[in-house]
Amino acid sequence: MLTIISFSLAYLFPGDTLENLTGLVPQNEMQRAALEKQFKLDQSYIFQFIYYVGNLLTGDWGYSFTSGLPLREEVGIAMPATIELATYAMLMALFIGIPLGYYAGIRCYSTSDHLINSASITTYSFPVFWFALLLILVFSLELDVAPLSGRISLIYDIEPVTGFILFDVLLSDIENKSLAFKDALSHLALPTFAIGAITTASMIRITRRSVIDVKHRPYIAAAVSRGLSSWQIFTRHILRNALLPILPLMAIQITTLITNAMIVETLFSWPGIGNWLIQAIYQRDYPALRIGMMAVSTVVITLTILVDVLNRMIDPSREKYERATV
Amino acid sequence: MSHGLVKRLSLCLCTALLVASCAKQNKQAFYNTGIIYCSESNPVTFNPQLDTSSTTSDASSHQLYDRLLDFDPDSGRIVPSLASSWLVSDDGLTYAFQLRRDVWFHTTRYFEPSRNFNADDVIFSIDRWRLNSHPYHYVSGGSYPYFESIGLAQNIASVERVNGYRVEITLKRRDSSFLANLATDFAVILSQEYAEKLAQAGTPSKIDQLPIGTGPFKFESYRKDHFIKYLRHDNYWRTQAREENGSDIASAQQNLSEAQNKPEVEQLIFDITPRSSLRLAKLMTGECDATAFPAQTELEVIRTEDDLTLAEKPGLNVGFWAFNTQRPPFDNPDVRRALAAAIDKNTLLEAVYFDSATRAKTLLPAASWAFQNDADDTAYNPVLARKLLADAGIAPGFSMTIWAMPVERAYNPNATKMAELIQRYLRDVGVEATIVSYDWATFRRHLQEGLHDSVLIGWSADNGDPDNFYRPLLSCGAIPSGTNRAMWCNDSYDKLLNEALQTDDIDERSAIYKQVNRLLYERLPVVPIAHAYRYQAYRNELEGMTINPFGGVRFGGVEKAL
Repeated sequence: MLTIISFSLAYLFPGDTLENLTGLVPQNEMQRAALEKQFKLDQSYIFQFIYYVGNLLTGDWGYSFTSGLPLREEVGIAMPATIELATYAMLMALFIGIPLGYYAGIRCYSTSDHLINSASITTYSFPVFWFALLLILVFSLELDVAPLSGRISLIYDIEPVTGFILFDVLLSDIENKSLAFKDALSHLALPTFAIGAITTASMIRITRRSVIDVKHRPYIAAAVSRGLSSWQIFTRHILRNALLPILPLMAIQITTLITNAMIVETLFSWPGIGNWLIQAIYQRDYPALRIGMMAVSTVVITLTILVDVLNRMIDPSREKYERATV
Repeated sequence: MSHGLVKRLSLCLCTALLVASCAKQNKQAFYNTGIIYCSESNPVTFNPQLDTSSTTSDASSHQLYDRLLDFDPDSGRIVPSLASSWLVSDDGLTYAFQLRRDVWFHTTRYFEPSRNFNADDVIFSIDRWRLNSHPYHYVSGGSYPYFESIGLAQNIASVERVNGYRVEITLKRRDSSFLANLATDFAVILSQEYAEKLAQAGTPSKIDQLPIGTGPFKFESYRKDHFIKYLRHDNYWRTQAREENGSDIASAQQNLSEAQNKPEVEQLIFDITPRSSLRLAKLMTGECDATAFPAQTELEVIRTEDDLTLAEKPGLNVGFWAFNTQRPPFDNPDVRRALAAAIDKNTLLEAVYFDSATRAKTLLPAASWAFQNDADDTAYNPVLARKLLADAGIAPGFSMTIWAMPVERAYNPNATKMAELIQRYLRDVGVEATIVSYDWATFRRHLQEGLHDSVLIGWSADNGDPDNFYRPLLSCGAIPSGTNRAMWCNDSYDKLLNEALQTDDIDERSAIYKQVNRLLYERLPVVPIAHAYRYQAYRNELEGMTINPFGGVRFGGVEKAL
């Protein structure tokens, strides 16, 4: 489906189809004819499409109008940067959001629960771009504790190997490795926090809800009547049972997470796919837009499916329709 | 559980803060190995011969290359660079350049020079833009806009090698701005050996994308929209000159000026940041050491920051109000004088430039050696304006157009606002003005067609020579090329300009330009309004930053203090 849309975009975008499809601008008629033949533009749409999908699979994604570089290379640099950001934000949400959610759920309707709950609602209601701007204003411009743009100071010459900056720093053979690592961390701090805070807030709310649900199940009442301490009840019954419904809900979070990451990227000049797409829009780089759209959708779909599969493996008894309930 | 959780949380927070503070402490130590310059856009190429945009020349001219001659940034005089000395023949047609020895080209991963800079490189570099028959002429498009705009190629009769370190250039007619043109950002010296190697490999266009020069930095890598990296050129001739003579006390003094050109930093990085607010923010947080083009509105912010320096210098530009002298009634000098007297330049300066410009009396700014301090200037006098208009037979209610350019330029940051102010002044003397604006390309095309009554526009010069102002702006020959916005053609004006080029004596030329100024004041085809300042914002740690009024930013000789 995606490939069909991406393929037809080449025809729908203004300008020459051949140029939109390949990013190559033929210098003369002879070259144009050769390119048309190469990309099967002289044949039926079906043939063209099959050829196009073949090209996509072999990694021939065409060229960017503006930089003239192969798009695969460009996406290959930009995409990991976004995934990296989203991954750290997700980790932050898991390691802060879930414990806090449990805590609030166990102590539901107490003062601390209300505090956590209202804090999470407030954070969740922040538009992410505004939150990021606030962070920049306070931590970068006023306090000067964290840089406001990029992945690492350009002074360090880090060769992209994995695409994840922290790993790349560790793999590189530069002199000031520890300094570079700290520098990369400080660059990561604000954007991760900007995206992570909002995901954390929703994670808290999901966990809390789930814990409260479990607390009201009959087997908890039975456990209480058996005289188990609340710590025992928590470790034996609530912890595992509350965790199960959280996992499918994480799948829904992925889309929001990637979207937020892409918005935050443009604010922090993070060289990820969001920033890259915005540049492509500004410069009317149609081949880049087409491939960018493909890449982002593919990642989102793949991740969602992965979480679903994981979910099935952990809890095969779960019915299909339960997945989307919040 | 609850306590454990709080503990863990606070532990996390502490680590985060620790990391942040560590990074801050070490910031200075590692930032010292390089200079980061926040530039505003992507260069088109790494050869300034091919493009006149300041982005391209900033990213290449003074970083990667040297010219035969240089401008002294303080005095504006022409000083030796790759040419250690030169002789001009009595008839002013032959220029003999003695070239510097022991100047090495860059050694990079893509090229290793086998010989020093010599006469062949000079001949190659000049012939490339001069001769259509040159094998490299049509590489990368074959367009050399700066040299084309001044018609230099047509005026050079020959470039000849006398010996390995001596080159003779012969002109067809005298041109006293010739040396100044050789000192501009565009007249860089390329490596002939590298060009030959590329030609053999069949990839000649690499010469403009993977540059080799003799400048203080060598090209390392470039990622569009992100960065350009340069490494220090260890064999840079200015550095060597200092080191070799370092122990010699007698010559130490003499080499002081050369020492100032030694790059102390290992690398130079252009961080491409198109948004000016983001450039300012990065400058404030120390992610950049210097930035390009701070916006007018940001100047105050930079001045109030203690760790930032805002250097300012009158730039080589002029913003003016030109009348279409081929349309009645603007062909009448009295009408032009009346309109000039109707406006108050000082108010325009305050309202449009926010104190970032000086009042213009003539076309030439104070940075030019031919600047005339006591030149005549128009004054605000609405009574005189009304009288002159009445005498010229212009009835109250006469209507005209003011074209306001749609883009921001240093010489006029807000032409529309200026047009609105002028509109009000004109109403006071009974003239109804309408403001006209199109998108920039259409605007310039219509201007060239002469559809305007008057226009607010300006000019930035490329070299320190006064001819670079007078000729393109008002000479008869400049009407078709579209730089003479007043469509003004005056024989005695052109004669004076040509006369000025016939002599090399600066005082003599200055005297001629005084006459030119007088003529312009009498005929008033344009009303000069302002010369805008050039600004350079940088962090206090940078030492040796200078503003170069004649062109691009230069980082050779800039040091970073702890």
